[in-house]
Amino acid sequence: MADVPVYRGKFGEREAARLLWRAGFGPKPGEAAKLARRFNLNGAVHALTRPKGKQRLGGPAPVDGDGLPLAPFDAYGHDQLWWLDRMVRTNQPLRERMALIWHDWFATADVNSQRFSIEQAQLFERRWMGPFDKLLLDVTVNPAMLVWLSGIDNQRRAPNENYARELMELFTLGASDAKGFPYSEDDVREQARALTGWTADYQDDVGLVNFRLDPKRHDTTPKTIFGQTGAFDWTDSCRLCVKHSAHKTFFIEKLWSYFIPVPPSPKTRKALEQLYVKRGYAVRPVVEAILMHPAFYRGPVMVKPPIVYIAGLLRARRRGIESDWSWMADMAGQRLFRPPNVSGWNDARWLDTSTFRGRWTAANEVAGYDAIDDEASYNATETPKAAVRKAVKFWGNPPLSRQTIKTLERYAGAVGAAATADWQQDTFRLLRQNALRMLVATCPEMQAS
Amino acid sequence: MGCNHCEEFSRSHLMRRAVAEAGSGLPSIEPGMPPPAGTGLNRRSFMLRSSAAILSVYGASKLSFAGFEEGIAQAAGGNDRVLVSIFLDGGVDSLSVLSPTADPIYRSMRPTLALAEGAGTPFAEDPSLRWNPAAASFDALHRAGKMSVLPGVGYDSPDQSHFTSRHYWEVGALRPNEVTGWMGRLIDTIGTQDNPLQGLSLDGSLSPALATGSLPVAAISGPSYDLWAKNVWGQPEELMYGAVGELGRAAARTKDAGMKTAGGAAAQAMALKAQLQPFSGEEIVPPVPYPEGEGEWFGESLSALAAMLHAGLPIRCAALSAPGGFDTHDNQAESFDTDIRVATESIAAFQADLEARGLGDRVITLVWSEFGRRPEENDSGTDHGAGGSAFVLGTQVRGQMIGEFPGLAQLDADDNLRATSDFRGLYCSIIEQWFGVDAAAVIPDAGAFGRAALIG
Repeated sequence: MADVPVYRGKFGEREAARLLWRAGFGPKPGEAAKLARRFNLNGAVHALTRPKGKQRLGGPAPVDGDGLPLAPFDAYGHDQLWWLDRMVRTNQPLRERMALIWHDWFATADVNSQRFSIEQAQLFERRWMGPFDKLLLDVTVNPAMLVWLSGIDNQRRAPNENYARELMELFTLGASDAKGFPYSEDDVREQARALTGWTADYQDDVGLVNFRLDPKRHDTTPKTIFGQTGAFDWTDSCRLCVKHSAHKTFFIEKLWSYFIPVPPSPKTRKALEQLYVKRGYAVRPVVEAILMHPAFYRGPVMVKPPIVYIAGLLRARRRGIESDWSWMADMAGQRLFRPPNVSGWNDARWLDTSTFRGRWTAANEVAGYDAIDDEASYNATETPKAAVRKAVKFWGNPPLSRQTIKTLERYAGAVGAAATADWQQDTFRLLRQNALRMLVATCPEMQAS
Repeated sequence: MGCNHCEEFSRSHLMRRAVAEAGSGLPSIEPGMPPPAGTGLNRRSFMLRSSAAILSVYGASKLSFAGFEEGIAQAAGGNDRVLVSIFLDGGVDSLSVLSPTADPIYRSMRPTLALAEGAGTPFAEDPSLRWNPAAASFDALHRAGKMSVLPGVGYDSPDQSHFTSRHYWEVGALRPNEVTGWMGRLIDTIGTQDNPLQGLSLDGSLSPALATGSLPVAAISGPSYDLWAKNVWGQPEELMYGAVGELGRAAARTKDAGMKTAGGAAAQAMALKAQLQPFSGEEIVPPVPYPEGEGEWFGESLSALAAMLHAGLPIRCAALSAPGGFDTHDNQAESFDTDIRVATESIAAFQADLEARGLGDRVITLVWSEFGRRPEENDSGTDHGAGGSAFVLGTQVRGQMIGEFPGLAQLDADDNLRATSDFRGLYCSIIEQWFGVDAAAVIPDAGAFGRAALIG
């Protein structure tokens, strides 16, 4: 079996910061430096992929914008706050990041039940490292998914193709071509029949309950899927997809795309495919290989998904959930549990003028918790360099380029020069500090990792 | 540009790579917004700002002029013909818009979803079909001779993936890897270097159908563009926004694709902010009522478009999506009528608005969806199908049926409705008869498709 290339360069604070951003939600203050100090690449990756013990949430418990405890199942938007809180406070960030990846992969939007949405996210947390075949089985009969893609409407007498098609096109194999590869329209129909039988009851004031496989609704007659014939059921349906020759390439390329913004070389891709299949569709070894790949550290930056950006700001400030983040996340382009459609969010279009404004608004919310009161007194002789140092430190000293620091210092100098009146000497420097914090939080280097 | 494909790598592209890269031809949003207008603000630019505040320019680096305002002012406009494209997302169930209510096959295929026999109003050109009462405003437009109806539009060997079929319609060809949109190529043919408004998306981001090969186009969303920072004001604040732009422009100049994106967004955001600052969003008061309630933002977008056209903005092609989801795999009865009512009534109001503003003869509107749905229902909904329906409306439109209802007696190999007209032929007809351009310059194999008598 060919080996997947491994990064042999320096693993310093910069590399650790990238790792913590892409495999989590960014470092808490000092965390990147500490990771680089304590571990080599292998150890740092394993610290994320093989955490010891149960997941713990540290720091203040979440509250909504009115300071009230969350009611994740019941209060509007609190399902999103529930998850964002876990992203911010977890000691196992990759677990939550993988759950977010699966949320995008199996993109399920509004199912009219915050409980179902949350339970699906919990499934993704539990199955964060697969194996993928087991994850796929679990997702297929997960209540949110059964509602979202019409699984409970798919019955022997009236097959419903909604899940069958997306199972292949979006979840396991990729879009089909004109020759019917990786799957044909007949495969869609036969898969739909194999998937028949799931149902649920509707209970007044509660909603859908008692999700189950009802043998009377399942089509037991033979089906022919990908050229194989049998009395297939929903488990066969999933198994046949995972065993399909097109699956391993689809899986590797898709999983890779969440971590590295340039495609794997054919050699790397094949090596990862072999690893994936040989390890029985396990996700952990593949994720570890991607996180140790040279392209991860040497390649271009990735724009952070909006919710990762927001969680990262809170982590950098060691703040918990205390605002109504739903509308701000929406402005920034990523409301949890509301992907735009079943193919998930468009990661090629995270940033435009609209979503930039959303990120600015989010940064202002976090910076605003500790903004300096504009009537307070302030050091009237603070130098531009000192002001910039202070603002960068405010966000936990993220590694910024010389050029960015210089631009910030130029801004600080310009404000200093603009302070001509006596009263402006300290007030402008105070306002300048608040402004510099916003400039640091929203600068291009902070939007990408 | 060592690795061209690398820059395009993203999950979204990957998902489509096997077959269709929907939207992968979209140019990037680029910094290059014009400086704030001086005192010479004219009515056109005022309309643009007040009605549709956030403007993103795509392909701005291709703009040949120094100032956007001047470009708008100089661009041809006022009398040019306009095409508005409205997308019904998810695959509209055409059999629930025009229903063969008396056909026993229909009644047996649609035991729960069938329109009641005798319900609705007969379709004038084929009385075996009846309009869903929720789409009555389309019936009225057709009776008034202002709407051509394609009751079986599609293409051979139909693809039943939302994303692939929509891509085909957007690029105007069955070409999985095509990256420019059909309206984009039309603009490349009839447009100018200095007018991004010639192709205008109203959904906030660029419609793939408007992706051009060479000329700039734009996207808008509303309603305002304000930024603030807590406890930052006065000169430190003004200088701060300058620094945001400076940081953005510096990043946009680097080689790294991610930094370019992040920097470009920041730089353009600041240019936009500067441009919009002097204007508070003044409300548009349309001359006719638009539907209110659920989905009313759609009518607001359409009324803004009418106002912009009225102000003489040089728009040639505009694109937007209707509200609602038409991917009705289950519980179709609960959502379909509401969604189709909002869409059709808003579109009818837009037509009335255009006419009230004296723009009726300058604008046609195309209403389309990526496919129709399976004739045989699946209990409470319908699965993806093939032949569907499309509509073209305007006072200059002939208002006749194009193709015919394919009937239920003979379905295609996948048990779907056959196509009796090809969407590429429809595009060719629009290009030739409305814009007076040789369709061969825009639609691949244009000669292969029959033309419909659409205009006049």
